[in-house]
Amino acid sequence: MMRLEKRATPSRAWSVATPVLAVLLTMIAGGILFAMLGKDPVAAIRTIFWDPLFNPQFAAYSRPQLLVKAGPLILIAIGLSLGFRAGVWNIGAEGQYVVGALTGAAAGLALYPMESRLIFPLMVIAGALGGLLWAMIPAILRTVFRTNEILVSLLLVYVAQALLSSMALGALRNPQGGGFPGSRNLSQWASSANPELIAGTGMHWGVVAAFIAVIFAYILLQRHMLGFSIRLTGQAPRAARFAGVSPRRLVILCFGISGALAGLAGLFEVTGPAGQISLDFAQGYGFTAIIVAFLGRLNPIGILLAGLLMALTYIGGELAQFMLGVPAAAIQAFQGMLLFFLLAVDILTNYRIRWAREAS
Amino acid sequence: MKRRLLLATAAALMALPAASFAQGMDKVKACFIYVGPVGDGGWTYQHDLGRQALAAEYGDRVDATTYQESVPEGADSERVMTQMALSGCNIIFATSFGYMDAVNNVAAKFPNVKFEHATGYRRDHANVSTYDARFYEGRAVTGTMAGLMTKSDKIGYIGSFPIPENIQGINAAYLAAKKVNPDATMSVVWAYTWFDPAKEADAARALIEQGVDVILQHTDSTAPLAEAAKTPGVVGFGQASDMAEFKPSPRVASIIDNWAPYYIERVGALLDGTYEQGATWAGIAGGEVEIGEITDAVPAEVKTKAQEVRDAIAAGTLHPFTGPLKKQDGSDWLAEGETPDDAELAGMNFYVEGITGEIPN
Amino acid sequence: MDIGGINLVTLLATLIVASVPILMAALGEMVVEKSGTLNLGVEGMMIMGAVTGFVVAVTTGNPVLGFLGGAAAGAAMAGLFALLTQVLLANQVASGLALTLFGLGLSSLMGQGWNGIRPPLTGDVPLGPLADIPVLGPILFSHDWMVYLSLILVVAIWWFLRATRAGLILRAVGESHEAAHALGYKVRRIRTGAILFGGAMAGMGGAYVSLVRVPQWTDGITSGAGWIALAIVVFASWKPWRVLMGAWLFGGISVLQLNLQAAGSRIPVEYLTMSPYIITILVLVLISSGRGRAMGAPADLGKTFHASH
Repeated sequence: MMRLEKRATPSRAWSVATPVLAVLLTMIAGGILFAMLGKDPVAAIRTIFWDPLFNPQFAAYSRPQLLVKAGPLILIAIGLSLGFRAGVWNIGAEGQYVVGALTGAAAGLALYPMESRLIFPLMVIAGALGGLLWAMIPAILRTVFRTNEILVSLLLVYVAQALLSSMALGALRNPQGGGFPGSRNLSQWASSANPELIAGTGMHWGVVAAFIAVIFAYILLQRHMLGFSIRLTGQAPRAARFAGVSPRRLVILCFGISGALAGLAGLFEVTGPAGQISLDFAQGYGFTAIIVAFLGRLNPIGILLAGLLMALTYIGGELAQFMLGVPAAAIQAFQGMLLFFLLAVDILTNYRIRWAREAS
Repeated sequence: MKRRLLLATAAALMALPAASFAQGMDKVKACFIYVGPVGDGGWTYQHDLGRQALAAEYGDRVDATTYQESVPEGADSERVMTQMALSGCNIIFATSFGYMDAVNNVAAKFPNVKFEHATGYRRDHANVSTYDARFYEGRAVTGTMAGLMTKSDKIGYIGSFPIPENIQGINAAYLAAKKVNPDATMSVVWAYTWFDPAKEADAARALIEQGVDVILQHTDSTAPLAEAAKTPGVVGFGQASDMAEFKPSPRVASIIDNWAPYYIERVGALLDGTYEQGATWAGIAGGEVEIGEITDAVPAEVKTKAQEVRDAIAAGTLHPFTGPLKKQDGSDWLAEGETPDDAELAGMNFYVEGITGEIPN
Repeated sequence: MDIGGINLVTLLATLIVASVPILMAALGEMVVEKSGTLNLGVEGMMIMGAVTGFVVAVTTGNPVLGFLGGAAAGAAMAGLFALLTQVLLANQVASGLALTLFGLGLSSLMGQGWNGIRPPLTGDVPLGPLADIPVLGPILFSHDWMVYLSLILVVAIWWFLRATRAGLILRAVGESHEAAHALGYKVRRIRTGAILFGGAMAGMGGAYVSLVRVPQWTDGITSGAGWIALAIVVFASWKPWRVLMGAWLFGGISVLQLNLQAAGSRIPVEYLTMSPYIITILVLVLISSGRGRAMGAPADLGKTFHASH
């Protein structure tokens, strides 16, 4: 009979070993899936995990792309993780990401075609503010009316998407675009562009911001009073209240930070890799970031690694699709499996498994 | 923006300064990038049929096995195309309007790879060509049938997004219907999606409840037809693909996007060394827009009339937009006998006179 | 019965049908949450139900078997979730999201080759003369059996939670798993049962989309209905009757906005598109304002249970 015994503190050894174990298990299960589809499982797994990093033909291009793909995921996930630790559930980062991109782009486009070094910083502020204000809606409804924040933040994603369509077809539409939806290309206007900072590295301001956010969150959680309040509220809400932590203030703060970071991610994406506000701008980064936050165990360093791993499966998955003809759906199922295994083996970190006879 | 839209610019059909590639090739690797899943039964499905036809046409000489589905527009598409170019593709077909900037960015980096962009209008580099289909020609045929077949004189149109391609379709269908049935009116519902079966079904339902008995759709799922099937006497048309499973009624005919002739021609040109940069906007005459089988649920005289319209458009004797025509606000658009040029068509952003409602903006 | 060019009778009849998938899924999820578990994977379970139900119905030619197949597929997905969260004690939010991701991918794989087929028809229940009653006939008595089943389930679940011993235990587990455990109830077993039930309900709701509402199989056919179902559970403050109201309200507004367009309303389309979500938020605020703690949410919702003794 198997018994689980909770560890006093999570095992350090296992918290490093479990992700590796999960990836190995996923390779096995995924290999079986690919074999069932009539694809060479070894080739498929190698293409997903090896080729983006080391294939002589692609790697020089794919490696920097990992950062481009992981940047927004990490930036958003860091913000979300603070709230999740404190039991504040912001599920609507996707909406905040979209609104941040919209307000940031609008601030820039209002000044088009002026050339100034101040425009980009202005857009960055507008983007962060946009995300922050959008996140304040569920936060304030929560603190004033006790309205469930999971639900409101989620519903606001749909509203933000409708807003995006409306803006891409209306107010922000490129007047020189011949009536087609979509804004001007922000990455091709020097004042608003968020280009690669060092050629061939994939580093743009959004990736830089993501790294800064990781360091910031790490220090906050380790050293700062707010970090302590967040951790305490998550672990022992009653104790936190006795310690003088205001739950309302915490809700506002957590939503504010995560909204602002999601807004920033949207702004950096629209001025860089995406280039413009288009009907398809919302690609689910805000939802994937929730998964990244959990895969990283709500730990800043963990999130950094989880974001990169997630990006690897995206890019490797693309290679597997067009090189081996693996269907896109199989890659999606494969990512789902990876998450399952990561979550499943997590138990080894927090619990000790004992094999004991019923009597003992 | 999910896929297509329109091509454009006055230069659309003019021969471009040709960067011709006189040398033929022994073997061509043709790659495809799709915005939806190949199983969408509509837009992407038709492009994939084109790919399969291409593979069948040239056998060993063409490797057309490489494609990638459900690629979001923006940064992802740029990466996918770059990786395709790196993997040795000679020609890449990008089948969605929203890939436009990405196509031109990648094309700059790979001057030896040919890029073919569906429904776009930018050809910044010598190795970028664009292609599109005149869907509105098909709408004129189905619009004629709608005008003749409606008993309530109410025709419904499920639009996807208020973009020129949809507006051309609405105007063309309305004018054609009006020509054969002066009492016909048209209600437009914007679904704000290219593909959302449940929402499309609801949109069809809403139209039927308004007394509409002929539904034209610009969205890609068969849901509106399935909804129409629930109410006797309501008919509709296949969109993008034939949607043959709803024959003979409610699907009484269809507008099929047939990309196979274009793909075969372009890759063939690459093989024998006659490939040139181009901007193709073909319609019924070029075989890109096909009218699917008109079923027996359609009265014989309606069928004859529809075939006449189709053949006249194919022969070039009939243009769906022929003056005198006025815009919705009553201002003059086309004088007697006048037809719009391609630039004007491509940017169409107004309803013609007689359609009620506003284009969302 | 016309208002602004819209016929109320047909509108009501339509919204009753349109809201069946979200009603089924939301009812199931409500039971799951009542037991103290939050499963965010409703969308994944629904779409697996949609594809499996479709395949089974087409293969056997029998829509009833299709719905059962859908329920089984939903329950199987839920079983995966139960394994993760109840046995392996994984985080529920992340597991639910993973379930959705996995379900969307797997359903698309399973559905390859099933596009463009018409499933066997699920006919209306013949209620004879009842269907001919003016106004009430079309609204209430001319639907398929799944509509009636979903309504019966509203009553049954209400009765189960309120009046049966099993329902009481289920609620007790959701309110305080420690206390329930101390009283000797098998917390994990009860929760697993609730999760499986929720999965079966979501699967049936999904099958309704592919067999009746749309009826066909295409990738991503449920298009977010699972998320709406989750929203409705909270919206309903975990009460079956309010789940029904929520599903009708949401279904009604979604249908109404298209009807308004078809009737030539002048309200801009983009605002109409947003309206179901904004109105849901507003109603939610109205319900939650001035109330006590958490509007009837089970106290232990989303918390992991581990019996330490």
